[in-house]
Amino acid sequence: MRLPATDVGLVSAVSREWGSPLRTAARRAAGLCLVAGLLAACSDGHRGATGGAMAPDEVAVAGTAEGLPAHAPDRFGFGTEASDARVALWDIDVRPDGQGLPPGRGSVAQGRDVFNIHCVACHGPTGTEGPNDRLVDSEQWDAVPSTRTVGNYWPYATTLYDYIRKAMPQLTPGILSDDQVYAVIAYILWMNEIVSEDAVMDAETLPAVIMPARDKFVVDDRIGGTGPIR
Amino acid sequence: MPRDERPKLSRRAWITTTSGVIAAGLVKTQADAIHLGAQEAPIDPTKVPGRLVSELGSRAPAEEPKRLVRAEALSSSSRTPLADLMGTITPADLHFERHHAGIPDIQYEDHELLVHGMVERPTVFRMSDLMRYPQVSRIRFLECSGNGGGVYNRDRMPTEVTVQALDGLLSTSEWTGVAVSTILREVGVRPGASWILAEGRDSAVMSRSVPLDKVMEDSILAYGQNGERIRPEQGYPLRLFNPGYEGNTSVKWLRRIEVTDRPTHTRDETSKYTDPLGDGTVRQFSLVMDAKSVITFPSYPYVLPEAGWWEVRGLAWSGRGRITRVEVSTDGGRSWVDAALQGPILDKSTVRFRHLFDWNGRDTLILSRATDETGYVQPTVEQLWEARGTRTSYHQNHQRAWKIARTGEVTFGLGELV
Repeated sequence: MRLPATDVGLVSAVSREWGSPLRTAARRAAGLCLVAGLLAACSDGHRGATGGAMAPDEVAVAGTAEGLPAHAPDRFGFGTEASDARVALWDIDVRPDGQGLPPGRGSVAQGRDVFNIHCVACHGPTGTEGPNDRLVDSEQWDAVPSTRTVGNYWPYATTLYDYIRKAMPQLTPGILSDDQVYAVIAYILWMNEIVSEDAVMDAETLPAVIMPARDKFVVDDRIGGTGPIR
Repeated sequence: MPRDERPKLSRRAWITTTSGVIAAGLVKTQADAIHLGAQEAPIDPTKVPGRLVSELGSRAPAEEPKRLVRAEALSSSSRTPLADLMGTITPADLHFERHHAGIPDIQYEDHELLVHGMVERPTVFRMSDLMRYPQVSRIRFLECSGNGGGVYNRDRMPTEVTVQALDGLLSTSEWTGVAVSTILREVGVRPGASWILAEGRDSAVMSRSVPLDKVMEDSILAYGQNGERIRPEQGYPLRLFNPGYEGNTSVKWLRRIEVTDRPTHTRDETSKYTDPLGDGTVRQFSLVMDAKSVITFPSYPYVLPEAGWWEVRGLAWSGRGRITRVEVSTDGGRSWVDAALQGPILDKSTVRFRHLFDWNGRDTLILSRATDETGYVQPTVEQLWEARGTRTSYHQNHQRAWKIARTGEVTFGLGELV
């Protein structure tokens, strides 16, 4: 079974509420299964979707379908179970609700030192000089991407943690301690006049920061088709 | 002549060393080489034995398609020479690049993929594990959503720009790997899951959130490209490939998939790859690449040597499915005719279109516009300005135009229409 191409657009359109999952494919699969009275075969909604991983141009010849064959086992068992420790080692992303933030803390003053050692060469003494991305600008952005800064464009402060911990400084990523990451974020937010000079960032205070651009972001509403160009 | 005395030189080197004109090293174009070759009577290949077999092939010496590198930097790109290519498949060594922190050096044997989050069985897969799963291959385009960004600003519309520089962040390959649905079925997705986070093993640790529906529908964990292992610059040994989605979501050097119930809002889906609109809002998760077409011939800097019959050629594609129609205008958009589409027309892949054109030798503008199976018609730039304002930097899929001057010179012509 193949889904209409427009359903891909629907995914975005119906996912405006992030916490409200709507799996169009799985629901369709489940619905079709009910109609066909094949509930047992579709007990795992994603099995139905697995069978959908084929496109008509590739299934013209019997036996060449891309979905798993009917006699495939429920599980192959290849791969190794990941221990909690193994997951923790790599599970380093940080979400807007704060999930993933490590213990630790850092102040604006501490962040100034971190910035002047590790960041100033690429972002400039006040976060505006470059040569790499501009970090500070309280004015509205314009047509030039480089004017889209932490202060006027980034919707979530937690993204700073996620990104800096993973990818900064560019030539020595991962060199900063958890405390140093919190501190340099405090400093960047202070330079953008988003937090006060005595602010301290930690796993509690960082997700609570309301970014100026937070409410500007809207979900893609393009859906293809013959309607208005979006 | 005895074998040892035959010139051991390539054709170009031979021409260079035997032609007085070229002694100064002036051989620059294929046309020059052919012209001079005719004058100087090159070796008759029917009178000398040819080269022997070899373990690795190479292009004819006169054929030198190259990616366009505009800036050598850790975060940079190179562009596919669209005007040099035929059909739809991009040779792997000419596939465009976009890296955010360079190309990591990764060994096949020690690469691992961790799949965890809202799953029943968090699992680590080595490449040898992934190779055992049922395999799929799909011919699909990949396009950076920043492609074509240089022709959106009314005040800075270029004229002397190649299709490579303009739209070369587009390539098409046969991708081979494991369906993501196969692997997620293996680990058991828990109820309530709706997104994944895909993360790379480069020093940018590139991370993107992708709707679970999408990856269940047709995404693959790709380890093959055009019959060989994916090349390092395309994500060796493993990348996510999301057909029809903006290229950045097809995370290269994939090391981790976390199944989640919401997007992670990483840097590259908030501060980058988002679209500021005219009303002050910012469009986020604009993932699908809308239908688009580009004329690859004739295009700048080609010069049509004479009026008469020429074939307009180009590529069309849509991230929402199949291309159903490509129209070409040879009179600046006043009238349109259907171009011929070269089958097979595949889902979310490039289609080669062609239109035979009897050029009358006068100034004109040629354009193309694609329609996909949803009925969507590639818009004009005015339609995009009207819908989005003038400050966006991605998804600029509007119709392009080439101007053919009476001299035969071809330049980018959209500036003549806006």
